[in-house]
Amino acid sequence: MSQRYRYFDHEADIGIEAQGKTLEAAFVNAALAMFAIMAEPATVIPEHEVPIEFEEADIELALVTWLNQLLGQARLRGLVFCAFELEHQGSHWRGRAWGMPWRPGADRGTEVKGATLTMLKVEQGRQGWLARCIVDV
Amino acid sequence: MDMSRLKQLDDYCYTVPKTPGEARSEVLLYGSAPLLQTMDDMVLTQITNVARLPGLVGPAMTMPDAHWGYGFPIGGVAAFDPDLGGIISAGGVGFDISCGIRCLRTNLNLVDAAPSFPQLADALFQAIPAGVGEEGALKLSTHELDQIMLKGAEWAVHQGYGSELDLALIEEHGKMKGAVPGNVSELAKKRQRGEMGTLGSGNHYLEVQVVERIFDPKAAQAFGLHEGQIVVSIHCGSRGLGHQIGTDYLVSLAKAASRLGIQLPDRELACAPINSPEGQDYLGAMNAAINVALANRQILAHLTREVFAGVIPGSHLATLYDVSHNTCKLEQHQVEGHERLLYVHRKGATRAFGPKHPALPVEYQAVGQPVIIGGSMGTGSYVLAGTAEGERRAWSSASHGAGRAMSRNAALKKWHGRELIDQLKGQGILIRTKSLRGAAEEAPGAYKDVDLVAEATEKAGLARRVAFLKPKVCIKG
Repeated sequence: MSQRYRYFDHEADIGIEAQGKTLEAAFVNAALAMFAIMAEPATVIPEHEVPIEFEEADIELALVTWLNQLLGQARLRGLVFCAFELEHQGSHWRGRAWGMPWRPGADRGTEVKGATLTMLKVEQGRQGWLARCIVDV
Repeated sequence: MDMSRLKQLDDYCYTVPKTPGEARSEVLLYGSAPLLQTMDDMVLTQITNVARLPGLVGPAMTMPDAHWGYGFPIGGVAAFDPDLGGIISAGGVGFDISCGIRCLRTNLNLVDAAPSFPQLADALFQAIPAGVGEEGALKLSTHELDQIMLKGAEWAVHQGYGSELDLALIEEHGKMKGAVPGNVSELAKKRQRGEMGTLGSGNHYLEVQVVERIFDPKAAQAFGLHEGQIVVSIHCGSRGLGHQIGTDYLVSLAKAASRLGIQLPDRELACAPINSPEGQDYLGAMNAAINVALANRQILAHLTREVFAGVIPGSHLATLYDVSHNTCKLEQHQVEGHERLLYVHRKGATRAFGPKHPALPVEYQAVGQPVIIGGSMGTGSYVLAGTAEGERRAWSSASHGAGRAMSRNAALKKWHGRELIDQLKGQGILIRTKSLRGAAEEAPGAYKDVDLVAEATEKAGLARRVAFLKPKVCIKG
């Protein structure tokens, strides 16, 4: 699995499609893809840690909830994230995100408003898991 | 779009014939053949899915600037009757609830103001918080946010941002009824604490524009517009609070639809009956977000006035009108000769009441509601006026922008932000942005031809052209 995520075309917004050996890895890569729209990951220092925890039995809705929880926590704390960790047992999901405050003067990407249910798909294939959705920008 | 799937009803209106046994309402697509040909087939899929939702009254429609969205297509309009099981959909409103445009007319002419444009661009860029991660100077308590959610732009005026004169020139007079702050999550409120008076990013902008052409002198006079005049347009919405409400309710409405047995053609149409507890909860929260958007644009208008006063003493900026794009509003409409109260979803579409509508301010009663079609930063925007015909054809709705013709991904591969900004400077358009990526994504070439959109909007009878505005300074997030 050479590429962790890719973007696909959507007229108004941006499609993200992430892969991973495990479901959790695919979700982590989807988060990387989403935050890379807002800031170049290489410029972000993982100096602040933020816990994420939620309940969701439906794995597709869990992807949307994971991404939207990250967006909400990032904006709440004035942070941009660059690294993620996630585990789940049944419907209970627990993760962590690392990032840093926005630096004045740094070139910004485009703000992601939310992860949507459009083209939402989480599925297991021969080579691992795929996690896909459209994010609203 | 595969035009072979459409049937032309007139020069600017098409439908999708139903297949035998297909259970859905009618679909209408407004626009010219060249505009429809460039639309993605997903516009057709999405609006056809909307036509399958319960309680829909009349057709599901797209405006001439329609493009592929999430839930509803952008440019989608649909009205629902709560007493017929009609639904409210978070995907039919969008994350950026009540995103819209505040248009301010000035007492300045191009020849007088042009020498000040570079200073104006720098001062606006300094004063208007723009871009992802930016916060405003206002830091609000939960109580203050509750007041904003209840009072909208009226709250801002009472805090000294602008004047009472502005309120009459904002949809709902600046205050949306039916807001329930208690239906808004704590996270949504916390996210908004520092985001009042911020522009955001993506397609949001603040533009200083010149009236380059008048199409309808009578309406232009009513709107206080003349050729060579400087106007300002501010495009933004309800910021983090609206985004979080969209987030909170998208998943909960998807689950509600499933629990209530609503057969959704696609999960992205997450919705609940308007008369259900879930539908009412979302409605109250959405109305609160509309008020936040109205207050946000009121504060930004005030900050803009302060900048103009500092750079060009004696300048005066009066509100022309403030329109909202992403809403679901209870309105009275004529259905087969009878007045009915309907919840009208406008996702990336502008309300466009015709002349004599009671909701309009006195000065616009004779000509209809100002409608603003925001174009790209390199082409221009239009001011139009609502028509009586638009009420009959589209629940008084019209286009809201040029509409994207190319994905952001494709635009990033085609243009570079710095080169684009330099190129536009050569055309006399000053861009100030914190995001070179954003500039490339928003390249004028990534949008439909706004002239075609405005022309089709007029010829479809939705709104008539009043003035064309050319950008001179653009602040992007």
